Amino acid sequence: MRPDLATQAAGAPVQTGASAPARANARRRRTSWSPAFVPYLQAAPLALVFLVFFVLPLGATFAVSFWNYNGYSMEPAFTGTNYYDVFYGCVANLPRLCTTFSTYLSTLKFVAIVWATTLAIGFTVAYFLAFHVRTLPMQIALFMVCTIPFWTSNVIRTISWIPLLGRNGLVNQTLQSLGITSQPIDWLLYSDFSVALALVHLYTLFMVVPIFNSMMRIDRSLMEAALDAGASGWQTLWNVVIPLAKPGILIGSIFVVTIVTGDYITIGIMGGQQIASVGKVIQTQINFLQFPIAAANAVLLLIVVLMTVWGMLRLVDIRKEL
Amino acid sequence: MTKTSDTGRGGLTRRNILKGSAALAGAGLVTKVTGFPAIAQERVTLRYLSTAVNQAPDIAAKAAEDLGINIQYITVTTDDVARRVVTQPGSFDLVDTEYFALPNLMPSGNLMGFDASRIDRAGSIASVIRDGTVNGQAVGLDGTAPSEVLYLPEESATSFATEETGFLTLIPTTYNADTLGIRPDLIEGEVDSWAALLDPQYAGRAAILNIPSIGIMDAAMALEARGDMTYGDKGNMTREEIDATIEALIEAKRAGQFRAFWTDFNESVNLMASGEVVIQSMWSPAVTAVRTQGIQCRYQPLKEGYRAWASGFGLPTSIGEREKDAAYEFANWFLSGWAGAYLSRQGYYPAVLETTREALEPYEWAYWYEGAAAEQDIMAPDGRLLESAGATRDGGSYEERMGRVACWNAVMDENVYMIRRWNEFIAA
Repeated sequence: MRPDLATQAAGAPVQTGASAPARANARRRRTSWSPAFVPYLQAAPLALVFLVFFVLPLGATFAVSFWNYNGYSMEPAFTGTNYYDVFYGCVANLPRLCTTFSTYLSTLKFVAIVWATTLAIGFTVAYFLAFHVRTLPMQIALFMVCTIPFWTSNVIRTISWIPLLGRNGLVNQTLQSLGITSQPIDWLLYSDFSVALALVHLYTLFMVVPIFNSMMRIDRSLMEAALDAGASGWQTLWNVVIPLAKPGILIGSIFVVTIVTGDYITIGIMGGQQIASVGKVIQTQINFLQFPIAAANAVLLLIVVLMTVWGMLRLVDIRKEL
Repeated sequence: MTKTSDTGRGGLTRRNILKGSAALAGAGLVTKVTGFPAIAQERVTLRYLSTAVNQAPDIAAKAAEDLGINIQYITVTTDDVARRVVTQPGSFDLVDTEYFALPNLMPSGNLMGFDASRIDRAGSIASVIRDGTVNGQAVGLDGTAPSEVLYLPEESATSFATEETGFLTLIPTTYNADTLGIRPDLIEGEVDSWAALLDPQYAGRAAILNIPSIGIMDAAMALEARGDMTYGDKGNMTREEIDATIEALIEAKRAGQFRAFWTDFNESVNLMASGEVVIQSMWSPAVTAVRTQGIQCRYQPLKEGYRAWASGFGLPTSIGEREKDAAYEFANWFLSGWAGAYLSRQGYYPAVLETTREALEPYEWAYWYEGAAAEQDIMAPDGRLLESAGATRDGGSYEERMGRVACWNAVMDENVYMIRRWNEFIAA
């Protein structure tokens, strides 16, 4: 059905019920006015950009991860030492976790917390914007309000939490002056809590935008039909809205999960650098000119992220839904 | 199709001509106003790579005025300085780097030695840098002491000479003795030992550097002071010593000793000023920065002594002839007094003390170098009040501070292993 629609929309004379070869002929005829290499030429600039700025650096990273190194130089080689070092002590020291496993475990914990929280908040905000705000100008206005925090940099938005959450920060001062606590609460800052809080603050919008987009495409008559058929509000939400908002939820989840997995600046600032992250490990190694092992760590991180994304894409067929 | 591109090209040409004539007109104007011929040789520019700490616009302006050399600062972090030297040696003309980085930098072949005969005051460089003595008394040489990596057998050598030669690796710019910073208003009792860093009394209110090579030295000072360990060379630990140190750090971290770690100078200032931390390893200008906010902060002298560092100018092998001459000229100017006095007012020590003394006011010299009480208010280089009259410098005189150095910042032979274990500590 869809290819027909597409070709008809493009204005090509396609006869319904035509056999496959005939249709292929039609398509060839339709594009015959330009030579066959033109589409490739059109795709070339982007392909070139990808090649130079994505494929080549990635290839180089992969190659370097097998090199030898010392404090001041590295030399081409093919050695698995770097990967062995990345997993140093991971098997021998069981059940004690090695650096790499405990780092990924800690990262995974933040991914889970931040994903669940941003999803809950993001979905609620998007739902409100899409279904409770009646007029389009108001929707646009409120949507713009959501993006205001993005006018400043990530780092500033992160750092601005510190005067609020510190031992002598606003929150502690308020709690103490209200007589709720008698001592400053330490775990507000430089803790798992502060890291999760900052990450949720930074990345909730990445959930709001795609979910809102999906919700705006939902045909309102479907919800009316559900209502007419006697569905309660929750039933409509569960059986109509959520299934139809799935692509948005998935896209938002991919954003949040991949960003949090690779984040080390927020975790560093809000965790007082006491909380490990893969990015920080890589940064430390690069600072000490240990490029090959940093590259090995980067390759591992890439594999983990790709596997996560692959797993998530299996849950929802995003191409079909779009 | 062809037509369009033709007009396009024509337009470009026309624009180029317009641009060209505008430039010509501009050049004519400059010639008229300044009277210089348009073809006069440009002033030489030195691209000066270092951390922010060693860069002052005032110094660049003064050098431009005195020498006619443009100093163009390239500001990066400590680790990036080393990385740039190794990976992009063509991107600077002069580097200000720490001596402890040299064992990693020189083998790259990207730096060359300074010819001592072209440095006017090479013989007057402070003895603590040249041979590790202050007033004839030897200081601690654990770690990468400057005197061990100061000389090269020849200009293009990649390894160090064991005795004095005519070639210097770095011309010293600044050096200092680091210790713990404390908030005396938030700490009860006296702090007199590095062991205080790991004292459970300050649990949750202590911080150390997350720069592994320096952080592990501070930890080692604390562990040795506590009597847990004795090290062969704190700046060059064996694997067993690294293991024991990291285990002790992990134990302290799990017990909640540390509030945070810091890598950036400003982070240490904020931790201290906000009261999150009351005791931590600190750098001298950070202590000054906390104090200028009106908050008490002391750079506490400790009985085990100081952890020292020194940095200096290095020349890249790829430098051009003109820039090389300018670099020598600039280095000579740097040792001639004005810059030394400027850096002294920030709390650093300069390479040549005699010329610095001449450039400082006598009351300034007495405050910064002799441990005397300030006769007048002590001003920072930017003119802000640093200390009121009557104050004395933390740690006292030059001799008392530099003479009590116990170890120097270092990169260990087991560096790769140390970093791996340090990452384990962070992940613990």
